[in-house]
Amino acid sequence: MKKELIELRVNGRAYELALEPCTLLLDALRLDLQLTGSKRGCDDSSCGSCTVQVDGIPMLSCTMLAASCEGQEITTIEGVCEHGSLAAIQKAYGDWGGAQCGFCTPGFIMTVKHLLRANPDPTDAEIRGALSGNLCRCTGYNQMYQAIKAAIVAEQKGVARASSPAR
Amino acid sequence: MTDFSVIGKPIAMIDAAGKTTGAGKYTDDLSVPGMLVGRILHSPYPHARIKRIDTSRAEKLEGVVAVAIGKDAPNTYGILPVGHDEHALALDKVRYVGDNVACVAAVDEATADRALELIDVEYEVLPAYFDPEESMKAETDLIHDNKPHNLEKDYHHVFGDPDKGFAEADCVAEARFVAGEVTHAAMEPHSTLASFEIDSQTGKPGRLIVWSSTQVPYYLQHKLSLVLDVPMAQIRVIKPLVGGGFGGKSEVIPLEIIAAIAARKARAPVKITYTREEVFWAHRGRPRTLIDLKTGVKRDGSITAVKARVMQDGGAYCSYGVVTILYSGALLGALYDIPNIQYDGYRVLTNKPACGAMRGHGTVNVRFAFESQLDELAARINLDPAEIRRRNLLKAPCVTVNGLRVQSYGLPECIEKTIERSGWRDRKGKLGKGRGLGIACSHYVSGAANSIIRSDMPHSTVNIKIDRDGGVVVYTGASEIGQGSDTMTAQIAAETLGCSLGRIRIVAADTDLTPIDIGSYSSRVTFMAGNATLRAAVEVKKQIASAAARKMGCTADDLVFRDDLVVRKKLAGESHAATLVSAAVPSEASVSERVEGQILRGSLQQKRKDEGPKDSMSFEEAVVAAIDFHGTLTGTGSYAPPAEARGGKHKGGGVGPSPAYSYSAQVAEVSVDEGTGEVTVHKVWAAHDCGRALNPVSVEGQIIGSVWMGMGQALTEEMVWKDGMLMNPGLLEYRSPSSVESPEVEPIIVESIDPEGPFGAKECSEGSLAATIPAIANAIFDAVGVRMHESPFTPERVLAALRAKKNAKPINLTDGVDPTNPARFREHGGSLWFKGKGPERHALDPSRLAAPLEAGGDD
Ligand code: FES
Ligand code: FES
Repeated sequence: MKKELIELRVNGRAYELALEPCTLLLDALRLDLQLTGSKRGCDDSSCGSCTVQVDGIPMLSCTMLAASCEGQEITTIEGVCEHGSLAAIQKAYGDWGGAQCGFCTPGFIMTVKHLLRANPDPTDAEIRGALSGNLCRCTGYNQMYQAIKAAIVAEQKGVARASSPAR
Repeated sequence: MTDFSVIGKPIAMIDAAGKTTGAGKYTDDLSVPGMLVGRILHSPYPHARIKRIDTSRAEKLEGVVAVAIGKDAPNTYGILPVGHDEHALALDKVRYVGDNVACVAAVDEATADRALELIDVEYEVLPAYFDPEESMKAETDLIHDNKPHNLEKDYHHVFGDPDKGFAEADCVAEARFVAGEVTHAAMEPHSTLASFEIDSQTGKPGRLIVWSSTQVPYYLQHKLSLVLDVPMAQIRVIKPLVGGGFGGKSEVIPLEIIAAIAARKARAPVKITYTREEVFWAHRGRPRTLIDLKTGVKRDGSITAVKARVMQDGGAYCSYGVVTILYSGALLGALYDIPNIQYDGYRVLTNKPACGAMRGHGTVNVRFAFESQLDELAARINLDPAEIRRRNLLKAPCVTVNGLRVQSYGLPECIEKTIERSGWRDRKGKLGKGRGLGIACSHYVSGAANSIIRSDMPHSTVNIKIDRDGGVVVYTGASEIGQGSDTMTAQIAAETLGCSLGRIRIVAADTDLTPIDIGSYSSRVTFMAGNATLRAAVEVKKQIASAAARKMGCTADDLVFRDDLVVRKKLAGESHAATLVSAAVPSEASVSERVEGQILRGSLQQKRKDEGPKDSMSFEEAVVAAIDFHGTLTGTGSYAPPAEARGGKHKGGGVGPSPAYSYSAQVAEVSVDEGTGEVTVHKVWAAHDCGRALNPVSVEGQIIGSVWMGMGQALTEEMVWKDGMLMNPGLLEYRSPSSVESPEVEPIIVESIDPEGPFGAKECSEGSLAATIPAIANAIFDAVGVRMHESPFTPERVLAALRAKKNAKPINLTDGVDPTNPARFREHGGSLWFKGKGPERHALDPSRLAAPLEAGGDD
């Protein structure tokens, strides 16, 4: 297939890429831009490891064409850090055991970032519901809920560092 | 001795930031210049002879660099020395749908995929075997010629006098339990990148460098050497971040060797990453298991005898099978006091992907059967299910009837805590219609006392190097796979050396740099690599102490190492308390704070120096003194399990023994919808005896993860087979639970302080899994009065059990499903690979007979 020039805006920067029109966004990110934080965990849009935000909405980058994102703002896990430091949710995931092997973590964080923006004080059921499109095989999800709550508290306090779990 | 400064505190894993920012690299994230993409051609037949392979058309395709086939590396291998029955690429025969036939190395994935379709393979299709009981009747067309009746291995063990035991019993239960086949489905699909370095002397391809998603770099190095005929020293295996293993990456998976074969043939680096579907076919998970179990108890609840006949549907290759079938029998012991045990285990070959080691290796399915039957016996003799477990406790320390040495034994406390927290005494039997509580226990090894490769080498070795900058580098072969191996190593080193966690650098799992370690499986890392780290750190500490003591004019025994200071003991009390304030929780300080802290401490030190005789030194000063005095500052520690822990001398007695066992007791609360058969798990209370919790967040994470995976196996997860075809090779169809299907798990840490574990620690990553399945089964019984004999407890099975209670006909959802067109199972219409259509079959294939044989997954 013939390649075409496509302009993608990723994490606030513009990139011009020559891509086949059938190139998936995930492949463009991973192979052409070396943004390997977004992962491929499945073949059939079932795992959520590839989640990125397109204009602020979490999307499965394995199931969209790169070309369809032209003119939109794509945010990947690499764009989540704040001023070179961990964002509250990233710190909290580490502190509370929300990430074990970490393979699912970028996808979850992109989903959670959206949840907390849309609903800064979610109930337990809302958190569960929001995470249900992402799969994790390590954590059993419980510690992610703790991390999310800690991140909310940290954000509210305006400190970038979530308190560590107390015993 | 409980006053620790680093261990026992909940901390973020030392590699957490790499994972939460996406900066951490997994194998598939790596690339090297000139790298090609490899794709594998798999067998469409469950059992066939390869008559001819013609790769010429594929080779001519633009962009294809090489096509590798079996002849390119014909040596056999297998993870067990007794099971060398695999070829990386099939030589003359394929033995399951998905077996590996050829590999294309091409410039990109699309080209490689196109080339696969151009490879012509002529097969002679053979009759295939899918059900273990049928398979054992086979006389002809054996799966492996040297395995009569397709029997991989059988073991027959008798301990004590089972007949006498059953004669003494007041109540005997007997039943068949069936556990469905499950797989690890780690989120990271397997991936390997192989590259040859050019040798400067010969100018020819020399050393092989392999980056791979492996739990055991050393085994991979060993098998690569075997198959490629290259000395081990010419192979370097590097383990990047691994996205979960659960046993699925604990043995050498075909792609790991195929990538190297393809790289050699293509004369260029090759990376192969499995698709999710290929991960399912590669499998090596927990086999479908048939358990015929008989247990006798006295009226007081004490167990008199157990008899188990276990048959595992092992798939087409040995894999870890011999070990799996032995674990099933051996770990009938070491949980309760059972005086008489008879065990007959059969590992059977069938034409399906090989089963291997999966979290709770070999013990899980038998535990489901045993704990369910114990529950039934408790009901029959009118005893509380928690109480019957209490009445069969071991009197530890002891050696069980089958030769397992038990030292620390936290089971009584686990039972006590879990019934207390769950409100068992007040709530059991009072939750109303359709809701119930169930209890079950389990245990697991903290590493196998005998390595699968018979030798006297230590199981773990760790080196530590400290330089003048005061930085501590720990070299360990243990593999971080998400369980916290690197963090555990850093914590033990920091605690022992009395330095802050920020000083420790871990270099892990790289066969060029790190000493041999037999890897991350059977929950051995904390106990074995942890002990090796402790010993290496103690050795280094001794050297620092002797030099520091000279400077301070005291003896080495007078020194205390803590919080980056070396302090004289009698002074430690006061000045230590003062310095502690300034050094507050170094592990949690940010980098800038740490640097500041060091400068602060440095200037403090300077002041003290000026003031007079030393009563304390900073860690850096002590290190410099030690290097000046000894010349270098390095230490090595290794660990080999003690002879007393290595088990009985009977055939197969090498599997099961461990230096220490973890214990778990769980209560599950479920509700059952009697109309649909749907089971909901509301909460699981899981108490786990991990010896000592070195990092409580990680320990709790491991307990929750194990319980969760057990719940998946209990309720939804199952590989559904129809005549050798996997009906559900996708995460949704396999039904890995999402957040909305996952219960709250309350982890309860029990610390029994093992006498041989590092700081008393034992395993915490696997032992909890096995109890969850029977705890849920027993809760279902409590809720609706049906005893589940087959897992997973899907709505159809629960409904069938409820209907059977009312004498209604069961419903079988796989009845009449055409495996070559399984539209009812996959939204996509069957395997992606065959584009919704299965392959043609041999005339004698069971699926082509008028009355098809029932295959695995049916009931
Ligand atoms: S990779 Fe699994 S949903 Fe995109
Ligand atoms: S942390 Fe491993 S899959 Fe989620």
